[in-house]
Amino acid sequence: MHLGVSESMRECEYSQISTRSSTPMETPYKKKTPKRRKWESFPGRNKFYCDGRIMMAKQTGVFYLTLVLILATCGLFFTFDCPFLALQLTPIIPVIGGVLFLFVLGSLLRTSFSDPGVLPRATPDEAADLERQIDVANGSTGYRPPPRTKEVVINGQTVKLKYCFTCKIFRPPRASHCSLCDNCVERFDHHCPWVGNCVGRRNYRFFYMFILSLSFLTIFIFAFVITHIILRSHHSGFLNALKDSPVVVCFFSVWSIVGLSGFHTYLISSNQTTNEDIKGSWSSKRGKDNYNPYSYGNIFTNCCAALCGPLPPSLIDRRGFIQSDAPQMAPPTNGITMYGATQSQQSHMCDQDQCIQSTKFVLQAATTPLLQQQTSDGRTALSLGGPCTSLPLGQPTPPTSTPSLSCHEVVDMLPIHTHTHNPMAHHHFLTPEEVPSPPGMLPCGSPMGHSPTVQAGFYNPASQDSLHEDSVRGLVKLSSV
Amino acid sequence: MLPCPSSSRGKCKLLRLQELQTPPVSSKVFIQRDYTSGTICRFQTKFPSELENRVDKQQFEDTIQTLNNLYAEAEKLGGRSYLEGCLACLTAYTVFLCLETHYEKVLKKISRFIKDQNEKIYAPRGLLLTDPIERGLRVVEITIFEDRGVGSGR
Repeated sequence: MHLGVSESMRECEYSQISTRSSTPMETPYKKKTPKRRKWESFPGRNKFYCDGRIMMAKQTGVFYLTLVLILATCGLFFTFDCPFLALQLTPIIPVIGGVLFLFVLGSLLRTSFSDPGVLPRATPDEAADLERQIDVANGSTGYRPPPRTKEVVINGQTVKLKYCFTCKIFRPPRASHCSLCDNCVERFDHHCPWVGNCVGRRNYRFFYMFILSLSFLTIFIFAFVITHIILRSHHSGFLNALKDSPVVVCFFSVWSIVGLSGFHTYLISSNQTTNEDIKGSWSSKRGKDNYNPYSYGNIFTNCCAALCGPLPPSLIDRRGFIQSDAPQMAPPTNGITMYGATQSQQSHMCDQDQCIQSTKFVLQAATTPLLQQQTSDGRTALSLGGPCTSLPLGQPTPPTSTPSLSCHEVVDMLPIHTHTHNPMAHHHFLTPEEVPSPPGMLPCGSPMGHSPTVQAGFYNPASQDSLHEDSVRGLVKLSSV
Repeated sequence: MLPCPSSSRGKCKLLRLQELQTPPVSSKVFIQRDYTSGTICRFQTKFPSELENRVDKQQFEDTIQTLNNLYAEAEKLGGRSYLEGCLACLTAYTVFLCLETHYEKVLKKISRFIKDQNEKIYAPRGLLLTDPIERGLRVVEITIFEDRGVGSGR
């Protein structure tokens, strides 16, 4: 029964034949690989804490600075100014200060820790399907495909949807790819280092609440510190007053925070993102008929929509478990499964066995010439080219040509390696034996996010930087085995 | 008879069993998003050619249209969503620790709808709709299973 088939696909968990699996086979209908959560193999450059509940950008130094500044300023205010003010004026002052402080902290943490609206990357099947459609449309299958855009008319305005080479999707309108986090984010506003995260569709309101409440807090503190100084100077002179209460250097931050709040208030009321405003996408200077197609027409609706609208859930299932999707794969006779991967990045694009073999071959081929010619780096690259280029021909290649890419990446990697650090090169030569065990560390089919970026590099030389960076990263991972 | 790359007999039996229970995938069709109304979640209702001899066009369009309506309901700006937003703001968003957002409730409704459609319409025809939320609301993935020619029943 087909009904039974559909049910069995969902509930029946087949064990994927795994050549690398260290766990012995148990009963047939149980998961073999240890349960890993999806955040552990997230392809973007994000950091996750608390088992996937907290998501931040890679560089969080400035965020800690923000925290320290806020805590220090408020700490000083509550310690030195509040006792005096509570006695002289009213005890409500520290209460209001406390409430504001808590609100600021809450909204900051909420902005920093939540998913800004990251779009998950396309599954291999989707990417292949899109590629086919684009090739059909363009009629060319050259090495460097033309830049891919799709035009769509939204509320009378023509909007260009760009193809993201990293995520393999046509970006929805208003989405943008954050190069720092290496993710496409919906309704991308900007990447805020102060908050340590991107600001996008899902956390824009928290960001706005944060800067708004922070401006109130800084004005509040500034005003009452001035009041404190003035009151004290009545008693003991101005200079003494300054000595007793530390001058809070939030004068400049007041203006910058208030300015930022004002700017974002304007953006919200006109339903624009920082990205669009900076680019002048909807500015009348571009053309007479240029207007914002997303605006609801009046300020009130725009504000309500941005701040009180429905909060969409996270599209990346961070805490879900990775499922190896065996049921929908054809029997792995040819080694490469074209339509195997459906659920997540972890369902390997190339057969693991082949991946391991190809990478092993490449590394072994690479080590022999390298061992002989450690000093002549220029020749090393050429000698690597030989065995590597012959590799893809011997094996059936999937549309994404992962074996050749791993070769490409290894070729990239090893010359860099020998150029920079010879001791590491030695270390690297030890790895071929250890290669079969942790394919997670391998550049080929790695769920750690190298493969999407590597393939991006394959399709678009413009993203060579990310390819290089990834290959170096992959290299470091390999050498650390 | 399937070649068994691994060593144990148990795995060979498993593969044969798998093949009997699950027909190999023939292809997948992806219904892309329709952005003509802006950034709201809508899918194209254009009937894909690969499904021509598999399912009725009207039925398919009805399914997609219902999906679109459900997503519109989830993202609707109205009294209810404003109230929810304001309440959340006042409680510093801690209210969502115990309550489910309207959007999440509708997503569950959509999951049930898709499961229902699969059971009633698509699975008997060798098709399977994947819930778009599992694909990041980018596409509606329809898996077409190979027609074995044994008939619709198994």
